Amino acid sequence: MDRIRRWVQALFFLITNGYWNFPLTRGIYQGPLKVICSPGLNCYSCPAATSYCPLGALQQLIAGVRLSLENGQFFVGFYVVGAMGAIGSFVGRMVCGWACPFGLFQELLHKIPSPKFAVWRPLRYLKYALLLFMVILLPLFVVDESGFGHTWFCKYLCPAGTLEAGLPMLLLQPALRANLGLLFLNKLFFLFLFVAWSVVASRPFCRTACPLGAFYGLFSKIKLVKLRLDPEKCTHCQACHAVCPMGVRFNESPDDMDCISCLACSKACTFNAINLEVGGVSLTGQAPQRLRRIHP
Amino acid sequence: MTRKKVRVVKNDQIRIVPFAAIFFFLLLGAIGISLGEPSRVLEQATQICLSCIGIG
Repeated sequence: MDRIRRWVQALFFLITNGYWNFPLTRGIYQGPLKVICSPGLNCYSCPAATSYCPLGALQQLIAGVRLSLENGQFFVGFYVVGAMGAIGSFVGRMVCGWACPFGLFQELLHKIPSPKFAVWRPLRYLKYALLLFMVILLPLFVVDESGFGHTWFCKYLCPAGTLEAGLPMLLLQPALRANLGLLFLNKLFFLFLFVAWSVVASRPFCRTACPLGAFYGLFSKIKLVKLRLDPEKCTHCQACHAVCPMGVRFNESPDDMDCISCLACSKACTFNAINLEVGGVSLTGQAPQRLRRIHP
Repeated sequence: MTRKKVRVVKNDQIRIVPFAAIFFFLLLGAIGISLGEPSRVLEQATQICLSCIGIG
């Protein structure tokens, strides 16, 4: 199953970054496909990107909401939130495990031989604060004299943007190097922080700082495709704890907001207690059973 | 004394909530389309936002 997942990740990487003409044009793809939402974190200023990043688009719309309302346009993010919400309701954070290019990048970095460390669990709540403040509140309320806000998360933190767009654009358009300053150093710092951290810890950005993962995590209880625990079969052996790349203790919290449905726990469970279900119907095993007393 | 019968029941029940949520968000997206939001998204996504990627 892990091999299938790797192929799916590679496929999504190629689909969302399918514009291979960029070395000739030295610019980004500007075709109509960019109206389609990328399910994972994939900067739309990346030269190869063929779809829009939901976080970037949402921040841009929120940052410009005053101006659009003044101009009689009601661009408040319905289209982007609708796409994000539909994906979240359908598969939730399964996107992180199967379709996010930056998630794949972190997994590959983690394969580098090195001492491995756990991620401090309270840090998992940081991403919800980043979603609330850097993606929604700050772009909405901190505006310049013209009434336009900033894309705070993209501008000051997003390491995917630096890796996929900032560095490639500097290579493709050397004239841009004259504009480099503290802002770019700050972005480079976060990129190197998460690259180094990914080598020694599993998916640190997904677990601590990804607002898109935080948004998809909100759908953990209601999403259509999810993992299900059969309490009758579970022996609490904790085999699922050891293999989870997100540090989820599946037998203790089957609807954990950090579960990326990578199926590593399902494979590790020798008691077949963890199954994939779609809309309540089990796909990979028998449905969980419960005992019901029938009173005569 | 009557013995209670125990029967094993499979717990496969279709969940409605995910379908309702997907429908709600698709409806939200459709409202966005009717307002012309995709053209704004396309306009943003086809331009390089230098400040957004730390340059400038």
